[in-house]
Amino acid sequence: MKVIIFRLNDEEYGLEIDQVRSIERVSHITRIPNTSSYIKGVINLRGIVTPIVDLRNRFDIESIEDSDNTRVIIICVNDIEIGIIVDAANEVIELEETNIEPPPKVIGDVEAEFIRGVIKVGNRLLILLHLHKVLNLQET
Amino acid sequence: MFVLDTNQYLDMFIDESKEHLQAMNESLLQLEQNPKNIDIVKDIFRSAHTIKGMSATMGFEDIANLTHELENVLDQVRNEIIEITPEMMDIIFQSVDILEGMVYSIIEGSDGKADVKHLVNKLKAIASGVIVAPANNNTSKEEIIESTNLSGINYNDLLDEYQKTVIMQSKSAGHNALYITVILSKDCMLKAARVFMVFDALEGLGEVILSQPTVEELEDEKFEQQFQIIFVTKEDSTTIQNKLLNISEVTTVEVDIIDFNASTDKQSANQLTPEVDANQQQDITKAQETKQTTKSKPISSKTIRVDIERLDVLMNLFSELVIDRGRLEQIARELGHSELVESVEHMSRISGDLQNLILNMRMVPIEQVFNRFPRMVRDLSKELNKKVELDIRGAETELDRTVIDEIGDPLVHLLRNSLDHGLELPEERTKKGKSATGTIQLHAYHSGNHVFIEIIDDGNGLDREKILQKSIERGMLTEEQSNQLTDQQVYMLLFQAGFSTAKVVSDVSGRGVGLDVVKNKIEALSGQVHIESKLGEYTKFQIELPLTLSIIQSMLVKISEEKYAIPLTSIIETAVFPKKDIHYVQGQTVIDFRGHIVPLVSLEKVFNIPRKEEINDDEVSVIVVKKGDKLAGLIVDEFIGQQEIVLKNLGTYLPSVFAISGATILGDGQVALIIDCNALIR
Repeated sequence: MKVIIFRLNDEEYGLEIDQVRSIERVSHITRIPNTSSYIKGVINLRGIVTPIVDLRNRFDIESIEDSDNTRVIIICVNDIEIGIIVDAANEVIELEETNIEPPPKVIGDVEAEFIRGVIKVGNRLLILLHLHKVLNLQET
Repeated sequence: MFVLDTNQYLDMFIDESKEHLQAMNESLLQLEQNPKNIDIVKDIFRSAHTIKGMSATMGFEDIANLTHELENVLDQVRNEIIEITPEMMDIIFQSVDILEGMVYSIIEGSDGKADVKHLVNKLKAIASGVIVAPANNNTSKEEIIESTNLSGINYNDLLDEYQKTVIMQSKSAGHNALYITVILSKDCMLKAARVFMVFDALEGLGEVILSQPTVEELEDEKFEQQFQIIFVTKEDSTTIQNKLLNISEVTTVEVDIIDFNASTDKQSANQLTPEVDANQQQDITKAQETKQTTKSKPISSKTIRVDIERLDVLMNLFSELVIDRGRLEQIARELGHSELVESVEHMSRISGDLQNLILNMRMVPIEQVFNRFPRMVRDLSKELNKKVELDIRGAETELDRTVIDEIGDPLVHLLRNSLDHGLELPEERTKKGKSATGTIQLHAYHSGNHVFIEIIDDGNGLDREKILQKSIERGMLTEEQSNQLTDQQVYMLLFQAGFSTAKVVSDVSGRGVGLDVVKNKIEALSGQVHIESKLGEYTKFQIELPLTLSIIQSMLVKISEEKYAIPLTSIIETAVFPKKDIHYVQGQTVIDFRGHIVPLVSLEKVFNIPRKEEINDDEVSVIVVKKGDKLAGLIVDEFIGQQEIVLKNLGTYLPSVFAISGATILGDGQVALIIDCNALIR
């Protein structure tokens, strides 16, 4: 399987490529009043109003200023397109499915319930997220 | 690929049939009011004829048969051989209904067959039975025409019903029908040009009914040296002949007068002929068929049909373009290159026009849905022995196509309900001192981000006690509960499943399928239904629908760093008040606006808008908005200006956000939220 690697606060995360629609630079985000704090707002994605989730906020990581590397990854879960803000996204690697290991008890910043598993690639550790839980979507 | 093509052709058939059936329905209603108006009959005849032609070509024989008989009857009416009677109107209406049924069954993928024998026989009876005047014996069109001309051409094979009728008609108006054979010289180089000159010469003198080969083939020079034309004219044959002989490279012009002097007694012997004709029509080339259609209905050729999905794609592509336009504008400004600035500005203007055009393409007037109601109400009122006048207003109100497709059924249901349960019988009405004829008003209008459709009948109104009694009987609520309900809540009980207040279960409504279906459907369109009523006077059903994708005029405002759009239809006025004019009444800030005490709403607080620095102004900018007759003043920082915006929804991921009805994309590509004023006023 092909995995897109993104970085968030010094951790590396993996996203299966078939869940990813595109990777965008951060454009103007319009705040949506009175919603959960991790919903950063909406952007205009080629004419479609697309919600943006702030992963740092979702994982209770201190927020930082956007940099040149900051990206919005547009993912598609349950036919809903949502953008997630990450610190950087710049690598695609090919993996064997069997490399996935169950999540260890404590790992980095992220609560265990959001993690589906980890993958060891050489001396790197990639975290695979449980997108339904992260985005607070119903499983289908 | 071939299959796809036939399907496309089928779509066209369906669309056009629907259009023509609708046109027939409308004309029939008019005709019922003015039975003497032959022009209306002609319109109906043309529609019937077109449908016949198309259905025969597509192989829907039952439709072709029925329209053919319809045509016969209409033809006789048109030629004033028979007169219109109410019974006849009913049969014609029935036929149109059956036709509609068949067309809709084709839409659903069936073969469009139906048992039309019964109606066909009835129509035949009308066409044959009523002929009395001796003068007409010879002129009925079924027995067309053994020609007397020398070439011995059988015009019956050549002409279809419509063409025969045209010839018949022009004959009776004193015109000549000529069968012209034009032979061009053998060394003629530009045959198409000569053909054109022939037609050009004939134009103005009369009408070309038929040409052999077809005009298209003639234009493509797909003929040897000669071609034939059937031509209806006031001029005599020699004039025509000379005129045509004047054209160079035309060597011979033969002109025969088509003479109809058939004498056979009609119906029984000739009943087969029309059937044959209907089949023949399949043989007549498609091109000719099209030509005929356009001839009889010239306006229809000005539109094309486009798949709505293509419009969606176009729309999204365009939105991308708008973003790039914004970037370009910015770059041009930064560079300050005057020629670049100029051409970017020009592009902006054009793309602005383009945008409006694209948006407008998706909007459809609700007329499409309302059109069929006069007919329906007429039928129902006859069935129920009630007299009613339907008053339609706001049919031009535009709604997104997707909503239009869905809203028909609920409206039918509500109209039926009003007719059946709302309006009283004429005697009852007279007893109450009302006019015997009831009124049902059907109104549509835009307000705020919503389209309202109202159905108001001046019938008996809703009886609170009766509704409560019924609901208690059905165990829907207890007696104690019932006392605490407001009128509005009581009325809403009507929308609960399985509720029917009619004493007699009629054919029309109240078959267990209650108004709950209506409510569900409208809620599925994220709309709402309200009821207002006064016992003995009126009942008003109000449907409130959101504009899913719709262009609205809006006022853009700025609060701190955020931009919001407020629909112009909600806005009464924008005003600037000195701060000292703000008063406190029971902890609520209010303002005196033209003698009304209007509560103020701080958008900054409602939307928790972050603010870097406090502004200290002794004036406040207020937008006064309305919901019904209630007002409120929204406090903003700045009015940016008026702008036409496209309403977009926030998608399914975001839960419905309080007082936000959607979003729009501004010219610079940014998203701005649209404020739902209805939610801010209580």
